[in-house]
Amino acid sequence: MDEIKKNLQSSSKATHQDYFGKTITYICIAFVGLLVISILYFITTRGLATFTENHVSLWKFLSGKNWNPGMLDKHGQPQIGALPMIVTSFSVTVLAAVVATPFAIGVALFMTEIAPEKGTKILQPVIELLVGIPSVVYGFIGLSVIVPLIRHSFGGTGFGILAGTLVLFVMVLPTITSLSVDSIKAVPMFYRSASLALGATRWQTIYKVVLRAATPGILTAIIFGMSRAFGEALAVQMVIGNAVLMPHGLLTPSSTLTSQLTTGIGNTTMGTLPNNALWSLALILLLMSLVFNILVRFIGKKGSLKK
Amino acid sequence: MNMQTYAFDKTHIIQIPLEKAMTTENLQVFYGDNHAMHDASLEFPRYRITALIGASGSGKSTYLRCLNRMNDRIATVKGKIMYRGTDINSDHINVYEVRKHISMVFQRPNPFAKSIRENITFALKRNGIKDKAELNKRVEESLKAAALWDEVKDDLDKSALALSGGQAQRLCIARCVAMKPDILLLDEPASALDPISTAKIEETLQQLRKNYSIIIVTHNMQQASRIADYTAFFHMGHVLEYDETEKIFTNPEIKATEDYISGNFG
Repeated sequence: MDEIKKNLQSSSKATHQDYFGKTITYICIAFVGLLVISILYFITTRGLATFTENHVSLWKFLSGKNWNPGMLDKHGQPQIGALPMIVTSFSVTVLAAVVATPFAIGVALFMTEIAPEKGTKILQPVIELLVGIPSVVYGFIGLSVIVPLIRHSFGGTGFGILAGTLVLFVMVLPTITSLSVDSIKAVPMFYRSASLALGATRWQTIYKVVLRAATPGILTAIIFGMSRAFGEALAVQMVIGNAVLMPHGLLTPSSTLTSQLTTGIGNTTMGTLPNNALWSLALILLLMSLVFNILVRFIGKKGSLKK
Repeated sequence: MNMQTYAFDKTHIIQIPLEKAMTTENLQVFYGDNHAMHDASLEFPRYRITALIGASGSGKSTYLRCLNRMNDRIATVKGKIMYRGTDINSDHINVYEVRKHISMVFQRPNPFAKSIRENITFALKRNGIKDKAELNKRVEESLKAAALWDEVKDDLDKSALALSGGQAQRLCIARCVAMKPDILLLDEPASALDPISTAKIEETLQQLRKNYSIIIVTHNMQQASRIADYTAFFHMGHVLEYDETEKIFTNPEIKATEDYISGNFG
């Protein structure tokens, strides 16, 4: 009797393990937190240096169309207008998502609703394979197949937003597909049963019930795909043309934020204006990924059918 | 139909004339700002079955979960839970020891995705019982205690997930019994089961009553009247009446209890 009473009040191996485990998780979280804070701090201070140390106006940076950080314009101001890159980045991202989404939802529906067995047996590995191919391979294929194809069909150099979009389309397709598959699979079976039992056709059930319930998940999938497209550097760099010019259509060579970063970062010296300008581009990328994350959370919270 | 309102200040709660397994004193539960349980002071007799009845949301499950500290991190629990002369609702209490002595079975049968044998030996092994013969003995004893032995004795190494709902629930009871606890807490253990399985569970509980103190939450009033020695009636976070089961079901003191057991409630 008394021993039990004593045990109740004293610590044991289990409580020590508790304490030990908790300490380990705290250490890990402190380390990761520190890492994240240092990265944010570094990019932010470097990125803001363009405006604080080199006194470039933020508005000029965001709206200027000339990018030539080493040179001064006729007013003696450095030429760092990031607008062409911002426009190009958004264009390829949005276009890739727009093109990829219908295909991704189609494939996802096939894999979950139409032919679940074949879907998981054949298509799943194919999609996983697509995710696993390194981006430089996509870029290389784009460079040697898509760019010449565009050149022959539409004229011009072949480099540009269209080539970038097509390459990114293939790259984000598996991301959007597999996340959509997850969200459609998560729709409870009884939704389908209820709809079918009310006399709805299979198509009506898929379109009005399953897809509706899966919508927040699919939107999240699209945004994840966009955030991948926005951040992709190498493959895009190989097909976009890398001329920092305002795009005049889908076929003129241009440059995205990421491709300009990879192109330029090796050619500048730390602490100089051209280098700081690149960090400002990185800061834009960082802020954009933050926006994508917030969007995902917002959709997850607001979009679900609960209440 | 309008919900009738009942006074919360008029209660009828008896003291138990028997040896007590555990008691609570002014137990209160808060989910954030939501005051889910008001001043519950009950005494649970040793080697008897006590039923907690009441409508959904009356706080009976919430109350039950306090008794082996399952509400830790979920809700704020104030008041005293006395077990063996110790207030186990206090910060310095070793909750793992508490749960060794006060075990819980849940509404849905929740066997692990392991074999039947491993389901039972899981907790034993974690508590340092290594001896094969001892483990086998405990498996047999606890399965017999839960009236499951005859049905599964040839399939001990098969997956527990293959069991029917009723068998799985009895396995969950056996899993608790194997630890030789003092008190068994059951949260609507038969509500997901068919009448035959329910009858078997009730029979099992009647057997276990000889060696264990049992506290059971149930929606099923017939079940409470069949198996329980004492019954507490919960309503909207208050315990309104606590007495011998027979008294509760034949001659309740409180209007709300009478309305509830006669089905005129709400």
